[in-house]
Amino acid sequence: MTIASGTVREAAIAAPPPAPAATSPARPRKRRQLTRNRWGYAYVAPFFLVFAAFSLYPFMYTAWVSLHETSLSNINGGTWVGLDNYRNLLQSEFFWNAARNTLTIGILATVPQLCMALGLAHLLNYKLRGRTFFRTVMLMPYATSIAAATLVFSQLFGREYGLINTMLEAVGLQAIDWEAGTVSSQVAIAVIVTWRWTGYNALIYLAAMQSIPGELYEAAEIDGASKWKQFLHVTIPSLRPTILFTIVVSTIGAVQLFGEPLLFAGNGTTSGGSSGQYQTLGLLMYQQGWSNFHIGQAATTAWAMFMIILVIVGVNAVIGRLRARADR
Amino acid sequence: MATLAIPATDTGRDTPPAAPATRRRGHRGGSKAGKPGPVTYTLLTLVALVSIFPLYWTLVAGSHTNAEIAATPPPFLPNASLFDNFRAALDQAPIGKAIINSVLVSGSITVGTVLFCTLAGFAFAKLQFRGKGLLLSLVIGTMMVPTQLAVIPLFMMIAELQWVNQLQAVILPTLVSAFGVFFMRQYLISALPNELLEAGRVDGASTFRIFWSIVVPVARPAMAVLAMLTFLTAWNEFFWPLIALTTANPTVQVALAGLGSGYVPQRSVIMAGTLLGTLPVLIVFTILGKQIVGGIMQGAVKG
Repeated sequence: MTIASGTVREAAIAAPPPAPAATSPARPRKRRQLTRNRWGYAYVAPFFLVFAAFSLYPFMYTAWVSLHETSLSNINGGTWVGLDNYRNLLQSEFFWNAARNTLTIGILATVPQLCMALGLAHLLNYKLRGRTFFRTVMLMPYATSIAAATLVFSQLFGREYGLINTMLEAVGLQAIDWEAGTVSSQVAIAVIVTWRWTGYNALIYLAAMQSIPGELYEAAEIDGASKWKQFLHVTIPSLRPTILFTIVVSTIGAVQLFGEPLLFAGNGTTSGGSSGQYQTLGLLMYQQGWSNFHIGQAATTAWAMFMIILVIVGVNAVIGRLRARADR
Repeated sequence: MATLAIPATDTGRDTPPAAPATRRRGHRGGSKAGKPGPVTYTLLTLVALVSIFPLYWTLVAGSHTNAEIAATPPPFLPNASLFDNFRAALDQAPIGKAIINSVLVSGSITVGTVLFCTLAGFAFAKLQFRGKGLLLSLVIGTMMVPTQLAVIPLFMMIAELQWVNQLQAVILPTLVSAFGVFFMRQYLISALPNELLEAGRVDGASTFRIFWSIVVPVARPAMAVLAMLTFLTAWNEFFWPLIALTTANPTVQVALAGLGSGYVPQRSVIMAGTLLGTLPVLIVFTILGKQIVGGIMQGAVKG
């Protein structure tokens, strides 16, 4: 899948891509002959062939399926129902429950994560002894798979004998049935996401911090700005495109959240808890398609997820543009 | 965030002197060259412990019996029962097969992705052809599309082709990556001088000859970074393999997902299995960690 969440997350591009360089007419004629040729298509062909077969065609087909009443066992047939699936989806309490959970888990998992990553990057930006060690260790959760991380954390958050409850009891607090509660289960899932991604985002911020020209800090120093003021007025504004980018990428990941809620109870149930207290949109879509065999409904949910992502990216792009204009 | 020609900003020492860096950062080792105090080290050590602890706990819990982990206070050191639990985990889930499958799948995906993305990245960086801008926006646009949008038709497709439970079902759809194309393009724009291409062309080399003998050698460092990141992502890929494969022929992630679904889940066996499935990446990560860190940071400055 070219669009797997992991891959998207890795797309650590800090700013929107520059417009593709058009051949400027001022260039010498010789250069144009050398680089302007049809071979370009041959080079991009393998990418686009795979892309067309396994991404573009599926996207379109998903849209088509979402307009049908069909099931997995009946993959070629199905009856045309127009927008019925979308109407049903918008009236379904399961959809709104999953949408709400996706939103709250998304906020719980993204906001503290990015704030901590920013602070961590700031610390990593000092001249440290053992710098490579700290950076590598902080990236280890990123190398751990969702499945492995979730299995471990679901044990740590276990009701009986879970290490976290053992500790809570040791300091005289009450044990928590993490999986059963709405807030507690969502916090626990957010902790897994945060654990996996904080170090990664810290490295992205660190890279951006290191490309801030030192003169900016020197100037701030001369003006008598404290370290904290420097962080607020030099570091944060310089990082704005990167921060915006990580917000977009994290949000796209949050909308697709699937593996953590699937495995959190340990046994891979698609309901997201006994009362769906941590069922996300990704999980709902999987349940509709692969537990209930309502492929049309699942396709509709998938498109709804895409729409949500488009809105989020659009809003972020607008905010980014407005702020950039305000700076000018 | 301009397209800087600085390769790994990891230490700053790696920067070749020839890099045309017009906007280099003022201080070596970061713009804030201050000396860290004990508070900084304490905080960082704390974060490092939190990062490692769940993995360490996997080892501890995986090396005790259920009763032993349930004791108060719980054990904090690994124990020799680890190998019994490994054996039990291997009985319950085909983790050995899963590791071989994951190596095959991730290896194929890595080779394909690096090759195809270098080809396309080169074309987008250095060749002119009609519709280039549009195609490039298409590549970038795909990064926003959720996996969920593709899995239904893909599942129908592999069902039709009778590929369910076969490895090519998880290899082929993941053979290219939009991020990879963009990553290679950004690298080649700055790293590959046009003069070199022209020299090759003047010597009468064919376009593909130029690719193999000029572009690939220049692109090698970025290809290595892309390979590591792709392998890691492919190894950890969860959603699509879970749909396309079953525990009869799983990748590591599918096998792990199946581990916990027994009627009486045995915590220590699950942990031992998780450890087995994670060990290969952790070993690779221990060896190549520094390069992976550099690669991620490099990806962040490009663009």
